[in-house]
Amino acid sequence: MDNMNNLSIQDEPVASPASEPRKQKKKKVLLMGKSGSGKSSMRSIIFSNYVAKDTRRLGATIDVDLSHVKFLGNLTLNLWDCGGQDAFMENYLNQQRQHVFSNVGVLIYVFDIESRDFDRDLITYMNIVKALSQFSPTANVYLLIHKMDLIPPVQREDLYNHRVSIVRSKSATFDPTPFATSIWDQSLYKAWAEIIHDLVPNLDQIEKHLGSLGKMIMAEEVLLFERSSFLVVSSWCSKEIFTGDKDNPAQNPTYDRNERLSNIIKNFKQSTSRYTGTPKSAEQFSVFELKMPNFCMFIVKFTTNTYLGVVLPPGEERFNAAMENCYIARKEFEDLDSPAKKSADRGATSESLEIG
Amino acid sequence: MPVLHTGRRRTKLDRSYNGPPRQGPVRHISPAQLNLERVYEQNRINIQKKDATKAPEPAPGPAAKGKPRLLLMGQRRSGKSSISSVVFHKMPPNETLFLESTARIQKDSMQLVPCLYSNDRTDRSSSFMDFQVWDFPGQVDFMDPSFDLDAIFGEIGALIWVIDAQDDYIEAINRLNSTILNLQPSYPNVNVEVFIHKVDGLSDDYKLDIQRDIMQRIQDELSDHGVENAPITFHLTSIYNHSIFEAFSKVIQKLIPHLATLEALLNDLCRACRFEKAYLFDVLSKIYIATDSSPVDMPSYEICSDYIDVIVDVSEIYGWERPKEYIEFLEGPPWNKKLEDQVACKNAESVIVLTDMKRPIMLREVNQYLALVAIMCEGSHEKMPSVTMNVEATVTGLSEVFEITKQRK
Repeated sequence: MDNMNNLSIQDEPVASPASEPRKQKKKKVLLMGKSGSGKSSMRSIIFSNYVAKDTRRLGATIDVDLSHVKFLGNLTLNLWDCGGQDAFMENYLNQQRQHVFSNVGVLIYVFDIESRDFDRDLITYMNIVKALSQFSPTANVYLLIHKMDLIPPVQREDLYNHRVSIVRSKSATFDPTPFATSIWDQSLYKAWAEIIHDLVPNLDQIEKHLGSLGKMIMAEEVLLFERSSFLVVSSWCSKEIFTGDKDNPAQNPTYDRNERLSNIIKNFKQSTSRYTGTPKSAEQFSVFELKMPNFCMFIVKFTTNTYLGVVLPPGEERFNAAMENCYIARKEFEDLDSPAKKSADRGATSESLEIG
Repeated sequence: MPVLHTGRRRTKLDRSYNGPPRQGPVRHISPAQLNLERVYEQNRINIQKKDATKAPEPAPGPAAKGKPRLLLMGQRRSGKSSISSVVFHKMPPNETLFLESTARIQKDSMQLVPCLYSNDRTDRSSSFMDFQVWDFPGQVDFMDPSFDLDAIFGEIGALIWVIDAQDDYIEAINRLNSTILNLQPSYPNVNVEVFIHKVDGLSDDYKLDIQRDIMQRIQDELSDHGVENAPITFHLTSIYNHSIFEAFSKVIQKLIPHLATLEALLNDLCRACRFEKAYLFDVLSKIYIATDSSPVDMPSYEICSDYIDVIVDVSEIYGWERPKEYIEFLEGPPWNKKLEDQVACKNAESVIVLTDMKRPIMLREVNQYLALVAIMCEGSHEKMPSVTMNVEATVTGLSEVFEITKQRK
């Protein structure tokens, strides 16, 4: 029973513990939206190491494309990429209604900003939200207003706000979190990093530990990356970058730096995989060091499923000590994100329990 | 302004820009700025017509100061402007579709700080890559007597002739031949570099066939007119991969007077540290101006040039100005040292260890324009301290070479 409790922590809080199914079901992540709105493209970029221009090759998704994405070892995303053609939509809403919409943790709904028939999109969206409120009323809803790159920069903000406010008003009991995205820049990483951020269970603990590590090594910033997608899972920012005003520590003016860094590193991983001839999903580098006259940083392989990025003020002593300390801290964090090996053990015992 | 530090890849005439960092690698020159340049050029020509002695120096920068000049020539629509946009203005290759046809000679100066609008000539930084690129409209017949041949070909370092490999190239070859024949008597030392362009999408066999055919036709024609051993080199290029950078690197290396010294230095470094390959890059254009004597392979060039991109992009994100109080805190106890004294190396240094075969790639800034990038041998990350020392020695050597050549000018 102890094992069972452990397991339930890994997943989203279960709605009704009394009706706990015999086999622990993982919460679903539904990826929905009109046909051609870019669902599979974004999934391929984030989880399958595609480059933006490679997504042209993707065909239409037929019915539902199920995938289990391992994330941080203990978090498996049960990702349902639902084909968006009307016939399929009809099918989800009628015959497969319960099958699709029960036990949903997260619904990610993608709107194409260039869509000709926004009203029809809205009707589909309302139907889906209705079905969702029937079977999984506790699910989180994320709206991605996609293909923003097609809109002239001056109109982007207005159009986006306009669309979001309409969609919000049609969202029934849910309070969706909106994002403006495009596969051609870092905005996609921002949206997915936040979605993932909400899914990781023991995150506040990780954040606290990152903070104390950061303070100890006098870092300006500490970032925790997921290994294969290079999304920023957690980050910490120093409050000790003093300015004249003690209460207002200085901040890096580049507010979208995490996404941009993810983007840069992912692109470089493509180059290294071309160079070494290893698959794109394979681990590509173990250490990256950069020493500049005004800052220095390193990104090291941290735990089984993570990389740690640290930005420091310049200085050799500080840099080397920080690097050493991070290697030492590795052991502590290995426990936190429960590496793959451990969860495999747990899985085995819980299964044997079931048989018993 | 060292590119590696601030990370802004500025295009020419762009130093007024201090807004938020632009997204992506595209840095366009605003139409207004282009217009300004055109107006300047037109005025210059007008003045020239009125009074030849009072003509101001051609923009940008005086050609008479011994700046090697690259001429880009070829048939119309062969890809000249695309080449210069991709190589010198960091335009993504697929955006060159929208380039309009060049109506007049486009002159680009490969300097980081352009001097066009500054009266103070000393302000001009002498970049290592101090040369001009002239993009010629394909439809202009510059052999026309109204053109001042000497002004065009007088200071020329290399003539780059672009041939569209996917088009009928007989006409292009004929024009190239007549150009060479016209030039040979007065300027026998001009390097002619033939770019057989747009070879992406052609099979390897077909590429070589075309190259052979073009070489044959040109040599036959020239020897018929009694010109033997003209300095002509052929390159297969495409803007959709790194081959265009590679070709430019080779063109420019011929124009570097002390190339042998640079190569010797790099060779010594490679031997001492057992590097697989070392390149000396111009950070802005990502053209390598020297490399060690082991054969150049495309993959290693690509990875090194992409690595420069990573460093430039990362420093764009994190290279912000820290507040004064924070720096004072860092210089205070327990260190009690100036921040400059806490770092071992004043320039940018970086290393990345690839998991595959544990090969590190290292980067070291040489001066504000140049960076040394090398692929190290397997498992040598542990020996980094001694490698750093050797690199330091080499960098000092390289800087001395540049210092000497500067004094001679």
